[in-house]
Amino acid sequence: MNFDLTDERQMLQDSMRRYLNDSYSNEKIRSLADSEAGFCRDNWAGLADLGVIGALFDETDGGFGGAGFDIALVFEELGRVGAVEPLLDTAVLGGGILATLGTDTQKAHIESIMEGSLQLAMAHGEPQSRYELARVSTRARLVDGRYELDGQKSVVVNAATADYFIVSARTGEDTASPKGISLFLVPADAQGISLQDYPLTSGGRAAELMLDKVEVAATALLGHEGEGHEALELAHARATVAICAEALGLMEAIRTLTTDYLKIRKQFGKPIGKFQVLQHRMADMLIEIEQARSAVINLAGHVEASRDEREKHVSATKNLVGMVGKLVAEESIQLHGGIGMTEEYELGHLAKRLIMVDHRLGDSTHHLERFIELAVA
Amino acid sequence: MDLNYTTEQLAFRQEVRAFLQANLPQSLSDKVKYGKTLTKSEHEQWHAILHKQGWLASNWPVQYGGTGWDSVHRHLFEEELTRASAPRIVPFGLAMLGPVLQEFGSDEQKEYYLPRILNGEHWWCQGYSEPGAGSDLASLKTTAEFDGEHYIVNGQKTWTTLGQHANMIFCLVRTAKEGKPQEGISFLLIDMRSEGVTLRPIVLIDGEPEVNEVFFDNVKVPAKNLVGEQNKGWTYAKYLLTHERTNIAGVGFAVAGLASLKRIARTEMYKGRPLIENPHFAARIARVEIDLMAMSTTNLRVISQAAAGKAPGAESSMLKIKGSVIRQEINSLARSAIGPYAMPFVSEDLDPGSNDLPIGPEHATSVTATYFNNRKLSIYGGSNEIQRSIISKSLLEL
Repeated sequence: MNFDLTDERQMLQDSMRRYLNDSYSNEKIRSLADSEAGFCRDNWAGLADLGVIGALFDETDGGFGGAGFDIALVFEELGRVGAVEPLLDTAVLGGGILATLGTDTQKAHIESIMEGSLQLAMAHGEPQSRYELARVSTRARLVDGRYELDGQKSVVVNAATADYFIVSARTGEDTASPKGISLFLVPADAQGISLQDYPLTSGGRAAELMLDKVEVAATALLGHEGEGHEALELAHARATVAICAEALGLMEAIRTLTTDYLKIRKQFGKPIGKFQVLQHRMADMLIEIEQARSAVINLAGHVEASRDEREKHVSATKNLVGMVGKLVAEESIQLHGGIGMTEEYELGHLAKRLIMVDHRLGDSTHHLERFIELAVA
Repeated sequence: MDLNYTTEQLAFRQEVRAFLQANLPQSLSDKVKYGKTLTKSEHEQWHAILHKQGWLASNWPVQYGGTGWDSVHRHLFEEELTRASAPRIVPFGLAMLGPVLQEFGSDEQKEYYLPRILNGEHWWCQGYSEPGAGSDLASLKTTAEFDGEHYIVNGQKTWTTLGQHANMIFCLVRTAKEGKPQEGISFLLIDMRSEGVTLRPIVLIDGEPEVNEVFFDNVKVPAKNLVGEQNKGWTYAKYLLTHERTNIAGVGFAVAGLASLKRIARTEMYKGRPLIENPHFAARIARVEIDLMAMSTTNLRVISQAAAGKAPGAESSMLKIKGSVIRQEINSLARSAIGPYAMPFVSEDLDPGSNDLPIGPEHATSVTATYFNNRKLSIYGGSNEIQRSIISKSLLEL
């Protein structure tokens, strides 16, 4: 048993922390909220140069990491500063699908991702699908050797910046069946794609994606027709490691900010951190954050395990992190008082981003139900 | 023990309901229903409609142009307002300052200010909190020095809600530095258009500039703008707080919020069925509904005591805590209910006159913003931590 980082990971953590502390500030994040991309392209290039994106891919794909603990390390650091760069979308979800299913030609994009020159977006969720992975009603039909895609994808994060979309579409079976789902690598400029683009509460941008008779070559298919679900599930498992580790980083940053504030904010003639009632609330927060840390370790350590084992940890961790995230965000605002409600103060962005974690990849109620199903099975 | 309203009370409720049906413009109730921000003129429009009916000052005695209703009638009125998605009555002049002037103001002040609150000429805001004086309000530092003719005011107020619409502000100011901090505070009425007053908006985490900072730089305030006696302002402020608190539980808002939550959960689909049929989600809604049912009765118990002439004391602290927690839970469930559509942040949707296409279902538009905005419920007007201290001191004598 050893919970220490390996030397390589320690080096990556150190250099990432230095880079992010230098290149991030609350002012910067607020200015990005109004930007066209929703994130900072210089930071994206900087992270690529540091090898941060490469750390999310396996050696066989040209990377130098890709394990659950690599993902966790990278995303916890991103979370600490409230970074809004779309590593989850481009590298973990999009890149993850390419790595699992891609042909050599398709996999060639991975190098561009690691260099920082290619952006992807996962166009999977739909207005009626909520958090169900298998509920896909977008259709793909094979017409004269080409696929034709029709449907609507909702809240596609990083859509406006993406060079390619990974689109899930049904080529067989009923709407909610895990069978009959196919995945396609669709160029963002394909005819028939239209976007309604908007900013996100968490920072970054997303779009509603309309697919109206979008034609792609048969070579756009990723893996075998109708067999996309398994790869989707794996990519979502790895993405859950990422988003939960990011949530953990956010929690740590929020805890530090709140503790510091309790030490300097004086009311009734003393720092409010001297009031026992607030001390106990912070102690409870700390205990819950440690629970979240252990849950993230559990998941990161099982993401390479068998499907059933892995998925049980996905739902356990996402449930717990969702609950703790809400506690930490709400308590930190409350303990700050009015200042915690303002956009100008850096807590606002961190707390909003943390709350929004529960709206991606399944919320805590969804994963509670899923955990019951998986644990009983 | 009788849980029913009297025949007269029920008839009154019917009268209010019919009035709202006939006179509440749909353009206003639609905005309220979807959590959109009302413009200043929309607020004024609604006040004018109620004023014409004589119902604007529901908590004032008849002699000052109020309704003279007791607390049960006021409760029924407020319940009907929220049920019909009417805009809330802006409280600063009507619910807060009015009762203070009626109790402690000079005849001249009553004659001058009260009609102007009713006819909308004055929009008041509240100058209480300061950057260094939040929960510990008595430590406030904004000074008012009397030069024989004027008070010269210097300092800063913060969290001034809707101060951007106001032309008048009532302030707690320090007029003496000796003795207990509470004993050197005065209650001053200040014209926002005076030289030396500046306002800076504060954008909250939902993206809305709802509150403000107000700065005072050698502002000259005539001596006649002092309410009551100098250095007695703390007493008046406490009196104001008990009036602010008669509707502190916000039962009407909670009931409206719960109805809206259920509407959303009936429309949202999960695993091919309406979300409201999902046992785990239904259980969470049921939990808060059960809490709300009990809290409504606690609220009525306090109201009927007040109707019998007993001023609410620390009971209102209890209602504030329970009421805010229930409303926040309802907001949180609504946020959960809309799933991934909680993520889009489209502030223009909240702005008056926006005609942009909504992102996702229309019911999702302001849910996330409302969730974040209502974190304030457990912070403002004395945080829930302060309320607990009041309860343990006055009800438990600990």
